[in-house]
Order: sequence, then C-alpha cells, then structure tokens
Amino acid sequence: MGFYFAQLLTGLANASSLFLIACGLSIIFGVTRIVNFAHGSFYMVGAYLAYTLVTTLPAGIFGFWFSVIAAALIVGVVGLIIEVTILRRIYHAPELFQLVATFGVVLIFQDGVLAIWGAEDLLGPRAPGLDRAVRIMGEPIPEYDLALILIGPLVLAGIWLLFHRTRWGVLVRAATQDRDMVDALGVNQAWLFSGVFVLGAALAGLGGALQIPREAASLQMDLSVIGEAFVVVVIGGMGSVAGAFVAAVLISVLNAFAILIFPQISIVLPFVVMAVVLIVRPYGLFGKPGSEHGGAAEPEQPLRLMSSQGAMVLAALVFALALSPAVVSEFSSILLVDVMVATLFAVSLHFMMGLGGMVSFGHAAYFGVGAYAAAMTVSFLGFGMLPAMAAGPLAAAAAALFFGWFCVRLSGVYLAMLTLAAAQILWGVVFQWQDVTGGDDGILGVWPPEWASDDRVFFYVAFVACIGGIWLLRRVAHAPFGYGLRGIRDSELRAEALGMDVKLHQWMGFALAGAFAGLAGAVFAFSKGSVFPDALSIAQSVDGLMMVLLGGIHALAGPIFGAGVFVLIEDWVSRLDYWRFIFGAIILVVVLLAPDGVAGGVERLLRVLGLRRGDAA
Amino acid sequence: MMSVLEVRGLSKSFGGVEAVADVSFGLARGEFLALIGPNGAGKTTCFNMLNGYLGPDRGSVKLNGQELVGMRPRRIVRMGVGRTFQITLTFLSMTVRENVQMALIAHHRRLYDLWSRAAQMFVPEADALLDLVSMREQAGRPCSELAYGDLKRLELAIALAHEPVLLLMDEPTAGMAPSERVALMELTAGIVQERGVSVLFTEHDMDVVFAHAHRILVLNRGRLIAEGTGTEIRENALVQEVYLGGGTVFAREGDDA
Ligand SMILES: Nc1ncnc2c1ncn2[C@@H]1O[C@H](COP(=O)(O)OP(=O)(O)O)[C@@H](O)[C@H]1O
Ligand SMILES: [Mg+2]
Repeated sequence: MGFYFAQLLTGLANASSLFLIACGLSIIFGVTRIVNFAHGSFYMVGAYLAYTLVTTLPAGIFGFWFSVIAAALIVGVVGLIIEVTILRRIYHAPELFQLVATFGVVLIFQDGVLAIWGAEDLLGPRAPGLDRAVRIMGEPIPEYDLALILIGPLVLAGIWLLFHRTRWGVLVRAATQDRDMVDALGVNQAWLFSGVFVLGAALAGLGGALQIPREAASLQMDLSVIGEAFVVVVIGGMGSVAGAFVAAVLISVLNAFAILIFPQISIVLPFVVMAVVLIVRPYGLFGKPGSEHGGAAEPEQPLRLMSSQGAMVLAALVFALALSPAVVSEFSSILLVDVMVATLFAVSLHFMMGLGGMVSFGHAAYFGVGAYAAAMTVSFLGFGMLPAMAAGPLAAAAAALFFGWFCVRLSGVYLAMLTLAAAQILWGVVFQWQDVTGGDDGILGVWPPEWASDDRVFFYVAFVACIGGIWLLRRVAHAPFGYGLRGIRDSELRAEALGMDVKLHQWMGFALAGAFAGLAGAVFAFSKGSVFPDALSIAQSVDGLMMVLLGGIHALAGPIFGAGVFVLIEDWVSRLDYWRFIFGAIILVVVLLAPDGVAGGVERLLRVLGLRRGDAA
Repeated sequence: MMSVLEVRGLSKSFGGVEAVADVSFGLARGEFLALIGPNGAGKTTCFNMLNGYLGPDRGSVKLNGQELVGMRPRRIVRMGVGRTFQITLTFLSMTVRENVQMALIAHHRRLYDLWSRAAQMFVPEADALLDLVSMREQAGRPCSELAYGDLKRLELAIALAHEPVLLLMDEPTAGMAPSERVALMELTAGIVQERGVSVLFTEHDMDVVFAHAHRILVLNRGRLIAEGTGTEIRENALVQEVYLGGGTVFAREGDDA
C-alpha cells in the first residue's frame, strides 16, 4: 500500500514540472495561435541558468530559491527578445512557417547552450533544506518531490488569480476565446502578445530550473520534453491552463503506475492516452473548437502539365543522371544516391503537406520505419535486397495507416503536433526495443547482395526506386486522387458538398506519402549499410521540411529543387562547428525573407532590383 | 402529384432558442420555391438540416419518400441534393474547368483513381456545363482570379454536375450587384425549367423573389407564418407587418406595449 502511495507521489512530482512547461505552451498558443517549438529550449536554458546561479551564489536556502526565480525571469527576458525579433513577424503567416521558424530557434539555442555551457551533462546540487527523504507509510519520499507537488497547484492558483483578478489577465482570457474581440476593444495587441510570451517563457524556465536537483541539465532536454509537453497541451485542450494541469497529472500518474507493469511503456503511454482522449473529445478535455490554422496562404496557381520543352529538358536531366556513374567519381555517385533518397523523401512530404495541406512534423517516422523494416527483413528473415525494398514501403504504409487514422481527425497545428508525437513514439520504441532493433547500436551489415555491391550498380537500383517513386507521386498528383487532396486543402466544405469522404481521402493520402517515405528509407538503409534511430528523429523530419520550404511549397517541382540545394548545403555546413546554429539561421532567413522558397525569393529580389517586371502592372 | 421533398415538423433549438420550430412544407418536381424571412428567422438553420450538416431535434425530411434525417452530408449529396453556398466556396487553386471536372469526377466516383490525368477527364461534359452558365470563355482561368458574380455562376455549374433532383441555394445572390442578381436568377429559373430540377432558395431581394418564385414560404422566428404565390404573400397582412414593421412581429408588439 505504502509503495503505491509513494509511486503516486512520484507521479505528482513529475506532473508539476510537466505542467509548468505545458501551461506556458498552452497560454502562448491560446493568445497568439503559435505552437512554440522553442518552448523546450526555454526549459533547457532555465535549467542551465539555474545550475550556473546555484553553483556560483553562496549555498543556502535563499541562494537556491533566488537562483531558481532569477533563472525563470532571465528566460522571460530571452523570450521577449525572441518574440520581438522573430515571432512578431510571423503571427499572420501560415502555420507551417510558424512551426518551422520556432524550430530554427531551437537549433540556434542548442548551439548557443553548447557554446556557453559545453557538452557535459551538469547535475545541480540538492536543494538545501529539502535534501532528505521523509518516510510516509514506511516508504522514503524525497522532500524535494513534496515541494514540487505543492508548487504545481500554487502556480496554477497564481495563474488563475492573474487571469481573473487583473485587467491584463482578463484580456488574455478574452483573446484566447476570441481574438477579434480584442481587436475591437482597441487593446494594444503587440503589448498583449509580448506579455503572454514572456509569461509562458518564464514558466518554462521555471520548470527547467526546478528540475536541476532531480535531473542533470543536458543538451537533449529541449526535444525530449517538447514532445511530451505537446501531448499534454493537446490532451488538456489548446489554450486551457486547467486542462494542462489535469492532463499533466493524468499522464504522470498513469505513467508512474504503468512502468511497474511494463517498464518500457513510458514513451508510448502519453500517446495512447492522447489517442483515447482525441477520439472522445477532438479538441482535448477542456478545449473548444477554434482556429487551428495560422494565416491564410496566398491562393496557389493551378497545376499545369509540363510543356513539351519542359518535358524535354527534364528528360535530358534524368538521362544525364542515369549516365552519371560512367562519368563522375565513385564518391560523387554515392552523394548522388543521397540526393535521390532525400528528394524522394521530400517529394513524399510535399505530397501530404503541399498538396494535402497536412503539415507533418514527424514524416521521418515513416522514413525510419521503411529503413528498419528493410534492414530487419535482411538481418532477421535472411531475405535479399529486393524483397527488403518492398517490405520498407509496406511497413511504412502500415505505420502511416495506423497513426494517420488519428492524425487526419485533426487539422492544422493539432495535426502537426500529433504527427510529431507519433514520430516520437516510434523513435522511442525503436530506441528501447533493444532485442529487435538493436536500440542505440542500430542494425549493421545491411549491404546490397553481391550483384549490386558495386557502388555504380547500386546507383541504378537507387535510381529506379527513387526516380520511379518521384515519378509515381507526380502522376498521382495529377490524377483525381491528388486533385482531391488539393481540393480538400482548398475547402473542406466544398469537397464534402461534392460528396467526397474527406477524412478517408486524407487518410489514404497520409498512407501513400508514408509508403513512399518508407521506400526512400529502404534505399537509404542499403546505401549506408546500417540503420540507427536517428532515421526517425525530429531532426530528420525537419530536414524534410527544410527541403520543401527551400524549394517553395507551392510548386510540384519545389521539393526536387529544395532537396538538391539542401543536400549540398548540408554537405558543406555539417563539416563546420556549430552547424546547427547556421542551419537555424538559414531556416529563419528563409521563413522571414523568402517564404515562397529560394526560387520565389530570387524572383522577388530581381523584381525589387528592377531586373524583372512583376506580373501585375 | 407527389412531392420531391416532404418536410414534416422540422425543429431545432440552440440553447433554448427555437431557431426552427415545427416547419412543414412540400416541394414539387420542377418547382422554384422561395424561403424568405427577416435576418435570424432560421432559414440557414433550416437549410443545414435539409443537407445534413445539422441534426434536427425533431421532424423528418423525405426525398422521394426516403428519409434523409440521420444521413451524412455526403450521402445526401449522392442522393441528388445539390447546394450552393451563401459565401461561394470553390477550389481556389484550380481553374474554372477543373472545378467542374472535380464535381464530375466525384459524381462518377473516380476520386480514388491514381493514374488518369484529372485535367483531361470529362472535358466535354465540363464545357457543356460551363456553356450553360456562360462561363466557357473563362474555363482556363484560375478560380482565384474570378469576380464574385462569376464564382456564383461557377457554383451553379458545379452543383448541376451532380445531376441533382433538388437544389438548395442559400442566398444565391448575396453580395452581387442588383442587375447581376436578376440575371443569375433568370439563368437559374431557365435551367430549372429545362432540367426539371426543383429548387429551394432563400433571398433578401424581394424583386428577385416575386419575379421568379413559383411559390413563397415566409419564416419568422423559426415558424412558417405564410405560404402562397407572390400576390398572396404581398397582400398578407402578417407578412407586411414583419417586413414593413422593420422588425419581427413580436418586437412590434413589444414596442406597442
Ligand atoms: N450554431 C448556432 N448556435 C446557436 N445559435 C444559432 C446557431 N445557428 C443559428 N443560431 C440562431 O438561430 C437563429 C436562426 O439563425 P439562421 O438560421 O442563421 O437565420 P437566417 O439564415 O434566417 O438569417 C438565430 O437566432 C441564430 O442566432
Ligand atoms: Mg442565413
């Protein structure tokens, strides 16, 4: 009995820090409609700052709590800087740009923290005065856990007072319910948004700072917490503080008991709970239907079938690519395989995101499942390369059918968050299921068979799979199915009025995109000879997003162009120190200055310089 | 003669407010029926129950004898109930012709075709429909460039692609210039007559209503208060009070008290 009670208390203590980060995320979303990826970074920076302050200031109760609060406040100021310099420019951008821009901030913070604090994990001292354990029903309970259990509800009460007893708080609530109303009241929006962002950032910083006696500050904190925080916000209802609290408690307590039965479940459990909640209540426990989209994008131009000149140029390029192994070095041949794999991956992402309007932050999940399925077909079942390359897309399609069923029930940022959560789950399964997937060590020795072992021969295998896949997806884009996806993106109501089954159509689109990502993953596995959990990581998903963005989301050829540019940039940048910083900066430049991709950006630059006349007079 | 549409005792409340209360009417084949009433009378709510977007609290809607209540909107579309929207909804990233082609593709259940080129399917049929609404010249233009009046006509062509037996048009001329309104309704009336489609439409412009409607229903505060031809409705004292009084019947009573 006492043991279970102790377990409950541990769950509640975990819930407090999860609540702090999730409620900031939720408040920011409620008012600004931005899903802030960088929220995990605020949490991480809070932890590092608190570490530095606690270890520099004189030890003692006052020093500790002063450090925690000061760290939270500094993170608030950092949040203000981010809001004023970046977010303010994208409040009216489509949700894709908002998500990607905040991810750029994540990358910049990762290298910033690395530069300041180094790569070592930093474990803070125990909290003075709370460094022992008390016995409750015979079980030792850390005093600090009890303090955390108190802090969660205290912060909740503080926010409640702020929102119900101050004019500012009332405005925040009004804005969460109806943004137009705040416009009508003539409230200074910029001021309101900045304030909300500072509050949210400071809460995340507080959550991080409070963690240091329990958990070492590390460079992985940001992304490991953000997935769970997203889940909590979605379960609680976006914009609802009380919902975030209930969801944090629900997840943490369930988790504390579930791991007794099945230790590996902790990574999967939040997703399972989220799936159940979303089936019953699509907007979360306390959420209300509301705008899940960012600003409207400019209407896209109709698709055109390629002109005969265009087709000839393309055929010539494909032909040149097909002949390249005879001309270029073996090394370039391998790089070209990388480019083809990346291109197929980007085209499959563009298929669901550009055509289908379903922004995915977890597309790498299907790439990775394809890669692992191919590798396992070889290493466990002993099949050859060709059956393995068929197994990749099939397994990916199955995974995409499973997760897609949940995802297409939502749209906009909700869908994006769910795709991310799904990818995090799959990553966790791969990472933890050591017996089958090899965990962190991955699966090695996934080489092509004798006949294809020459790099030049393998080039042709990859060529057929990737160029064939890209061609098929293009074909589907021009077919009724692809038009249907685009139609649903343009207007769901109209599509329904035509008698279309909107959800089924999107679901099939999701699965098809997943299958082709899986094909790319299978080729990838054989080109590298191995697979690691990285193949499913957020970073891999974001690479795909970058390729699509670089090429411009509105053009069918965009991802092809974008993948080429991306692989070349990556090839150069990843040799440098602090490449994440550079990458983050590139992301921000693209989003803020060239939202229609590099091609569009160049076009606009030319227009500004007067070198080309615009279409409109 | 048997009605195409039979509505019996249709009712819907929103949190205690009766938006539509016990509405019953029939619609004959080829009939052009207007549903009028002041703002907030319940016209849109009524339409949304007919096409399945709202479930009624009570009542039945029968299309050629088959119950529609409880069916999903897309089933109802497939049963032959077309609609146009109060604010036009088209696929903005497609051309005018492609919008009609999409409707035809959906109608012929070819949506899951992964191979054919959508832009080359049902071209003659699409062009014939565009001819019907005089939009043929604009077939290749992106929808995002069209004037509002043209979008309205395009919506009509899209709705006709399904060969509907019943067309529901919620404020088809809203947002149009007066001369355009008359033209659009004349066009619609002609098509109705030619194809034997039945139409139920709501409309604010009384000139349009009296000029084209075969029969008129008047809704006020969720209830049907009158029904008849243009002349009968014009002479109906209750209707005059609702419209000329500048408010609802009950509001006027309140003023008098
Ligand atoms: N979804 C809804 N929730 C609450 N009240 C509604 C809703 N839709 C309509 N109403 C109310 O029902 C009444 C009828 O509205 P509506 O059908 O839009 O009228 P009309 O189209 O004739 O102008 C109005 O009082 C309106 O406020
Ligand atoms: Mg209306």
